[in-house]
Amino acid sequence: MKPINEMTLSILSRSSNESFARAAVAAFVAQLDPTIDELADIKTAVSEAVTNCIVHAYKDAIGVIYISAKLFENGKVIVRIRDKGCGIEDVEQAMEPMFTTAGGERAGLGFAVMESFMDRLRVTSRVGRGTSVTMEKIIARRCVQNG
Amino acid sequence: MGVELKKDGKELIALLSGDIDHHTAKQMREEIDSQAGLDKPELLKLDFQHVDFMDSSGIGLIMGRYKLMQSLGGRLRVINVPNYIARVIRLSGLDQLGVLEKDVEHK
Repeated sequence: MKPINEMTLSILSRSSNESFARAAVAAFVAQLDPTIDELADIKTAVSEAVTNCIVHAYKDAIGVIYISAKLFENGKVIVRIRDKGCGIEDVEQAMEPMFTTAGGERAGLGFAVMESFMDRLRVTSRVGRGTSVTMEKIIARRCVQNG
Repeated sequence: MGVELKKDGKELIALLSGDIDHHTAKQMREEIDSQAGLDKPELLKLDFQHVDFMDSSGIGLIMGRYKLMQSLGGRLRVINVPNYIARVIRLSGLDQLGVLEKDVEHK
C-alpha cells in the first residue's frame, strides 16, 4: 500500500529538540484526525525513541536523528526514528522493562512505553552503526471527510 | 513551564507545569531537591494538574523524589494526575508504591 502522505525530518540530538520532535510528528499525524488520546500515545512513543537516541545512541556526542512518518488511507501511521550512533548489543535485553544502562533517574521504560502505546514496534540495531525504531499505529477512522 | 514550590507548614508542594521529558526533568529535579533539602518537609506533594505531557522521564522524577523523601524520613504524594499521564504511571507499576491518589488507578 502506498502512503497518502509522508514527511522526513532530521534533527540534532540535543535534548531541547525532544519537544520539537514529538510536536512535529503529532502535527503531521493530526491530518488523520486522531483523538487526543491517540495523539498523546504517539507523542509519548516518539519522545521515548528520540530520548533513547540522545541518551544512548549519541551518548557523548551530538549526532543526527532521522525521523520519518507515513500516513495511509486506512488510518495507519508508521513512524521511524533512526540514528547512526553506537547501536545496541542486545536488543532483546534493552527492550526488557526496567532495564537501563543509563543510570541516574532513567526508568528503563522507553521501549515498554513504545510497545504499549503503539500497535507495533520493531527495533533493529547494529553495534557501531546505529539503531532504527519503527512504530505503527492505526488511527480509528471516524466519519470525517477532509482534504 | 517548570516548577513552582510552595511551603505549607510541614508540607512542600511542587506545582509542576508544561512538559516533563528528559530535557525538562533535570531542572525540575534540581529545584525540588534543593528546596526539600533545606525544608526537610514531612510531606512532599507533586502536583500534576498543569502538566501537559509526560514521558517515562516523569517516572524517574517521581521515583527519585520517592527515594529522596525516604532518605529524609518523610512521605511523597502524587496528586491531580490527568488521564493521559495516569497511563504512563500505571505502566511503570508506580501505583504499587502507594504514593498516588486512589482515583489514578481507575483512570
